[in-house]
Amino acid sequence: MSARVPLPAWVDRILLPVLNVSLAFLIGGIVVLLVGQNPLEAVQIMLYGAFGYGDGFGYTLYYTTNFIFAGLAVSLAYHAGLFNIGAEGQGYIAGLGVILVALWLNGTHWALMMPLMLVAGALFGAFWAFIPGYLQAKRGSHVVITTILFNFIATSLMSYLISRVLKPAGVSADESARIEAVTRVPQLREFIPFFGYSPVNLTFPLAIAALFGVWFLIWRTKFGYAVRALGFNPTAAHYAGISNARLIMITMALSGGLAGLVALNEVAGVQGRLILNFMAGAGFVGIAVAFMGRAHPIGVALAALLFGALYQGGQELAFSMPAITRDMIVTIQALVILFTGAMGEMLRPPLERIFARRAPAVARPAE
Amino acid sequence: MTYVDLILVLDSTVRLATPLIFACLAGLYSERAGIVDIGLEGKLLGAAFGAAVVAAITGSAWAGLFAGVGVSLCMSAIHGFASINLRGNQIISGVALNFLAAGLATFLGQSWFGRGGNTPQLPSGARIPTITLPFANEVQDVPYIGYFYYELISGHSILSYIAFLIVPITAFVLFRTRFGLRLRAVGENPKALDTAGISVTLLRYQALAITGILVGIGGAYLSIAQSAGFTNNMSAGRGYIALAALIFAKWRPWPALATCLLFGFLDALQFRLQGVALPGIGQVPTQAIQALPYVLTIILLAGFIGRAVAPKAAGTPYVKER
Repeated sequence: MSARVPLPAWVDRILLPVLNVSLAFLIGGIVVLLVGQNPLEAVQIMLYGAFGYGDGFGYTLYYTTNFIFAGLAVSLAYHAGLFNIGAEGQGYIAGLGVILVALWLNGTHWALMMPLMLVAGALFGAFWAFIPGYLQAKRGSHVVITTILFNFIATSLMSYLISRVLKPAGVSADESARIEAVTRVPQLREFIPFFGYSPVNLTFPLAIAALFGVWFLIWRTKFGYAVRALGFNPTAAHYAGISNARLIMITMALSGGLAGLVALNEVAGVQGRLILNFMAGAGFVGIAVAFMGRAHPIGVALAALLFGALYQGGQELAFSMPAITRDMIVTIQALVILFTGAMGEMLRPPLERIFARRAPAVARPAE
Repeated sequence: MTYVDLILVLDSTVRLATPLIFACLAGLYSERAGIVDIGLEGKLLGAAFGAAVVAAITGSAWAGLFAGVGVSLCMSAIHGFASINLRGNQIISGVALNFLAAGLATFLGQSWFGRGGNTPQLPSGARIPTITLPFANEVQDVPYIGYFYYELISGHSILSYIAFLIVPITAFVLFRTRFGLRLRAVGENPKALDTAGISVTLLRYQALAITGILVGIGGAYLSIAQSAGFTNNMSAGRGYIALAALIFAKWRPWPALATCLLFGFLDALQFRLQGVALPGIGQVPTQAIQALPYVLTIILLAGFIGRAVAPKAAGTPYVKER
């Protein structure tokens, strides 16, 4: 076998992921064709629904907010070689922290409450991820399995708490008491009328800040260096004097904290109360976002925006083309995870052959 | 709880445990061969959908069963291609397949039948028949033993009996045949097998094929034996429960059966205990019983009740030396 020639940086970082995502959409398009619908028309309607007018764009950004937090949560853990499938449950539990603080100090001005609710949500989410982290670091139980199990435990626990404990007397739906308007995270439309009636709120700028924060943490701090060292080679990290166990627990807690911020957006920004299953799969979209974005904040931002547009555009599509339901978006999400995650290397050998041929003098070793 | 109550709970335990046993044993084959299969959930769902669609169109339960197994085999093939040939991350592939099944089943179901993703109600001829064992009707009035035989032992779906039958077969194949020895070896030390001139790739594909067939039958059971048609998200986490059961059973067939029955029993109990006050404990929230299998598995994983050690090579792709 001839020595493999590494791909040029731009092909590796940009072309390959773009090709993988295109493949996912191509197959999604074929599925749409199979049920007798026009995929190009669908894309057009989705694009308009997601970006074409203020309300739509606001909704896109609202979904994007969730997906940035969830995507960053999965990405951060992934840098340490940990696969956190539990962002869904961590965000759900974080909703409890947000609502407890909000209802405790209900009526206080949001400028004071937003940081408090943020911290409470992040702490609850961090706690729910810390336990699997602890079990991985100290007891050797695999974090993938434990985070999946913790998702289910979170579902049962929250459904019990919401329906039996937090539900006020005289309310028939399973939900908590409402957060007063003055306490809720304010909507961006209060400052920018362009957003119409969409629920995008101050959590969105926070998500942008989180992108920078995670980038700085991973690539510009000692901690981030240790995290990446752990992810590349746990043995080497150990010999370099890094405490792997401690690092695993901290990274999982941080990851859960990020996932917990989805709850700030949903509970304190959009719903104004704690409802059943408010995460609605955002934690799982985070997995797709992290793989598509290659766990880099720029990639995560773009992938989150793409999925935000898909979710909002998909809602719009369900009105104009009722045959294409929201489940098509879940299918696309699955295909994106499959082609950018599990089969991410499929196109590498052919690309390597193409680019090795194009640059023979530099790259090809003497044969 | 009277004797009749007890028998009825055990009876539904068998019904609820059947898909778990199929999925758990399916996972056992692939994980013993070194391929982690998070995608059991998606395969159950995909197979349930495939089986219900074909049974609804053809009116034949057996065609439905074959279709269900076919869908699950296709998903196994994708999983195999990603994790064996491309050496991709097996967990990511499994996660993707779970979403793929959840999205596609509802989407295709909606566009084909337009019932919110559900398939049409199946007539009894398009469902897998149940078996009444000999003399079941005659002896049902015999106190205790007669009723036990009539209600608990007799009258289940053919697939339930097959599920129980597969346990000893799996134990035999795994521990008493050459194939089983190789299967276990490829999950512990694939290099040793490769050195002995046995194809790791082929062996792992064979294991995944068995996985696909078994979990496919489990999925078909859900939609064309236990129920009369496919409903949205009908696997409802059973694939993950089966995975938990597999860990709980430490990847061994007989304990797998016991764990699946235990988890099935908890599931059956949950319906019984709704609103019932237990002496000394009071009312147990149904959510607590729902979460119990997961909590038990976590406690086991944490090493507080024995140790669950996975097959050594599980999750790592095999790279042949050049």
